[in-house]
Amino acid sequence: MATTTATSRATLGTSAVRPDGLPKVQGRFAFASDVWADNMLWGATLRSPHPHARIRSIDVSGALAINGVSVVITADDVPGQLTYGLITSDQPVFARDVVRYAGEPVAAVAADHPETARRALDAIRVDYEVLSALLDAEQAIDGSFAAIHPDGNVIRNQRVIRGDQSFVGDIIVEGSYELGMQDQAFLGLEAALALPDEDGAGVELFVATQWLHEDQKQIAACLDMPLERVRITLGGVGGAFGGREDISLQVHCCLLALVTRRPIKMQYGREESFFGHIHRHPARIVMHHHADRDGTLRRVEARAVFDGGAYASTSSAVLINAVTHMQGPYRCDIATVDGYVVRTNNPPCGAMRGFGVVQACFAHESQMDKLAIACGLSPVDIRLKNAMRTGDRLITGQIVESVAPVERCIRETAALPMPAPLLDEPDALDLPGGSGLTARRSNIRRGVGWGVSIKNLMYSEGFDDYATARCRLADGVITLQFATAEVGQGFVVLAQQIARTVLGIDTVLLEPISTAIGSAGSTSASRQTWMSGGAVDGACRLVREQLFAHVGATHDVDPLRLVIEATDVVDTMGTLRVAVADAARGLVLDETFEHHHRATEELDENGQGNCHVAFAFVAHRAVVDVDPDLGLVKVVQIATAQDVGRVLNPLAALGQVEGGIAQGLGLAVMEEIVLVNGKMRNPSFTDYLLPTALDAPDVVVTMIEEPEPQAPLGAKGIGEPPCISVTPAIVAAIRDATGKALTRVPVRPQDIVFGD
Amino acid sequence: MTVINATTVDQVVSALREYPQARLVQGGTDVMVEVNLNRARVHDVISLRRVNELRRWHVDEESGTLRIGAGVPYAEMERAPLCLHVPALGEAARTVGAPQIRATGSLGGNLGTCSPAGDGLPVLSALDAIVHLRSADDARDVVVHDFMLGVKQNAKRADEVIVAITVPLLVGFQGYAKVGMRNAMVISAASACLVHDADNGNVRLAFGAVAPTIVRARAAEVWLAERVSLRNSMSLDGAIAREFGQLAAKECAPIDDHRSTADYRRHAVAVLAERLLLRAAEKQGRDE
Repeated sequence: MATTTATSRATLGTSAVRPDGLPKVQGRFAFASDVWADNMLWGATLRSPHPHARIRSIDVSGALAINGVSVVITADDVPGQLTYGLITSDQPVFARDVVRYAGEPVAAVAADHPETARRALDAIRVDYEVLSALLDAEQAIDGSFAAIHPDGNVIRNQRVIRGDQSFVGDIIVEGSYELGMQDQAFLGLEAALALPDEDGAGVELFVATQWLHEDQKQIAACLDMPLERVRITLGGVGGAFGGREDISLQVHCCLLALVTRRPIKMQYGREESFFGHIHRHPARIVMHHHADRDGTLRRVEARAVFDGGAYASTSSAVLINAVTHMQGPYRCDIATVDGYVVRTNNPPCGAMRGFGVVQACFAHESQMDKLAIACGLSPVDIRLKNAMRTGDRLITGQIVESVAPVERCIRETAALPMPAPLLDEPDALDLPGGSGLTARRSNIRRGVGWGVSIKNLMYSEGFDDYATARCRLADGVITLQFATAEVGQGFVVLAQQIARTVLGIDTVLLEPISTAIGSAGSTSASRQTWMSGGAVDGACRLVREQLFAHVGATHDVDPLRLVIEATDVVDTMGTLRVAVADAARGLVLDETFEHHHRATEELDENGQGNCHVAFAFVAHRAVVDVDPDLGLVKVVQIATAQDVGRVLNPLAALGQVEGGIAQGLGLAVMEEIVLVNGKMRNPSFTDYLLPTALDAPDVVVTMIEEPEPQAPLGAKGIGEPPCISVTPAIVAAIRDATGKALTRVPVRPQDIVFGD
Repeated sequence: MTVINATTVDQVVSALREYPQARLVQGGTDVMVEVNLNRARVHDVISLRRVNELRRWHVDEESGTLRIGAGVPYAEMERAPLCLHVPALGEAARTVGAPQIRATGSLGGNLGTCSPAGDGLPVLSALDAIVHLRSADDARDVVVHDFMLGVKQNAKRADEVIVAITVPLLVGFQGYAKVGMRNAMVISAASACLVHDADNGNVRLAFGAVAPTIVRARAAEVWLAERVSLRNSMSLDGAIAREFGQLAAKECAPIDDHRSTADYRRHAVAVLAERLLLRAAEKQGRDE
């Protein structure tokens, strides 16, 4: 920083305090479920109990007879498009003739009280003819099950073929890996308030979402309304992790408001939330790694099958992420990858933090450990030997132009201190089993494991996921406007930091996050710091140019000589120094900027093409204590060095790293939606287990700061990488402690006790 | 919906006579889950929260027993002085839910719900606890084994309220261990309570979450007593402890569900029984 006063200003590089931080910890923050309107009614959704059934009839008369019930709507009441979807529009607003998963919406009611609405749902009679359900992804591929949807049972099949397909390595290791279905488990459940326009031809929606403009597009199509008649404002969001990218209650809520001409409030409870949003794809991946005797990776072969559930959501994009990241962060010239994502009667799957790469990484990192053993190398050495560098070519043929400090991530992770050895008489709470007091020191074995990952940033395959921002400078105050969904990641503070840094003014106000401005794209794919950060930066720079032009004209100085130093405009070649606040007095400057990333290409049939924008890397080392006789695990420490480009807010960056690690730990040892015959057995936080404070490890972190030239602020996205390779690192550590193969996550106690 | 805020047991039992379908609510940690998940519509409620006599406990030195009011919260059981009288109960109390749950949940609720996964129940079983019931007409005492009838089924009549539980104060080791799928705040997949009654020379072992109701491993208890002197000091080797665990595990009838598998549960209780018995022997060694 150029001046001493800068240290007290909340500019880029400081741990500036989030504007929503204090209200959240004090309980004053208004989440979407806290929004009320006079005269409002409560909406509720009737869902299918069957994974696959034909609807013979729906009788709503019993519900309508209940005092306080205003309306019941079904597929017949959808005025526009009957389906929605992020990539293909294949998911019905309400099931009309057939239900394809247990939990699919069939009808919705509006009533004067949530309890009345609940009773109304119980009073709707749906006559189902139960059909046999397609639950095995392989059956969707082999054609042995009739199509369960007009679009067919295979959502996408993508190969990645590169190099000499007859190549056989000196050493070949093989493995078959499986991942269970993880839930985003965000806080702040799905909630919305819809206000109908007086003329009934438009609607205003306050909703917790990840991408306002995509919601707007899909809602308008289903309501058969012009885009501008669907106005969306972000309701307070607790978290998202991909789980709010798809439509959940948006169309239902708007439709009820338009039919009743009353404000409608809808909110899911935790149980309904499990049915109301998509999940992480369960997957099976079979891999062969070919290497030279010295451990040089030569060829990866993989067959990946992802279960997309009943509807497409973002499945096709998740799949290409998986198949194009199958080599991991390692040089490899030859690839034979075949990936499928298929439709079944399981709950729909879509975006979740890591987006297809989580699954690929668990497989390729497990393979790298096998390769290390086969070649007589340590887990660290096999990874260093093959570490990707900038300029290397991926199995898609794309050259990695991003900063690629893979070797540095590994070395700096290895240099972080190991945890202290277990004490002779440790606190029982610190042992596997925790408060259950199951173990003593003598029951415990410690293990160490590694995971390293590569993750693409932004959207891929030719999609222009641009971001828009507006900067207005008036009366010495900056006002920023953008439609960037704040889902907990902290863009609201980053935007303020950017504006303060670029313009030298500390008071930065934020307009409501809404569709009153152009799209910011989705808050996903680790993209908002880069994309919306670039847009805010761009808009602020346009305002600064005008400010400099004004100061230049006033003081007869070439504007090109002017810079902002802290809170002053300074002539770099003269003596002029004027406070920005003074220089801007009387001015009203207002600029809007769209940031676009460089264009990408679609993959060809052999999976070749420059399909991704940029990449980020991270290494994880896990230390775990295991009670092998009971199969219980305590993750003691995660050490990580992450390629972040540049740290813009140290506290926020640390939060992303620690949070991502907790989520990856969850997938490693406890988080799974258990399905039996297509039905969820544990849709609650009683039985869908998230890590508690006693499960969370110590985290030691090194941020690798090598600014990314392509990125507007030099900063890479940091949201996803923390949760990707930590999962295989933890499993590798459990293998190290127990000698068990452990090819499936989450690792369950019985897998450790009874597994091979 | 009627809500009766009783302040005495007498008020409770007369309210029960007037509203025989009423739900008794102490901490609400079970009832509210049912309500929130739409599994129960509660019409009439008798709140026990303000019934102070349910929240008292006292030691009777003469009979060597502890009487715990049905509404004493786990938060009190997990701390001294109460946990010093019945250490296994303290350990079990510490595994119940989150601090907020422990501040309001109670043994009365555990017994009233009578889930096989109730954390306090294996302790009451191992201690041969007496459950004290009251109605408007009478008062009766039921041994905990006769009280727990099955999954969420107990011997309490609709007109009765659980007022207290009496357990013996014993000399000797007692411990509780619970396996869940995470390290805290988790429902039991399998649990065990082992009590060494050094004065009377026996070891009592109870399992939770491995059968429709709490299991007492009586055959294993007898087997052990025939092989090892349990009066005052206890000395045994690892092989005995292992066999004891394996024998005891045969007495349970676990199921596969979304939390775990029958095989794992059977295995886990064998390990827990073995470890608890070794701890008992170890403590004996240390005390001498």
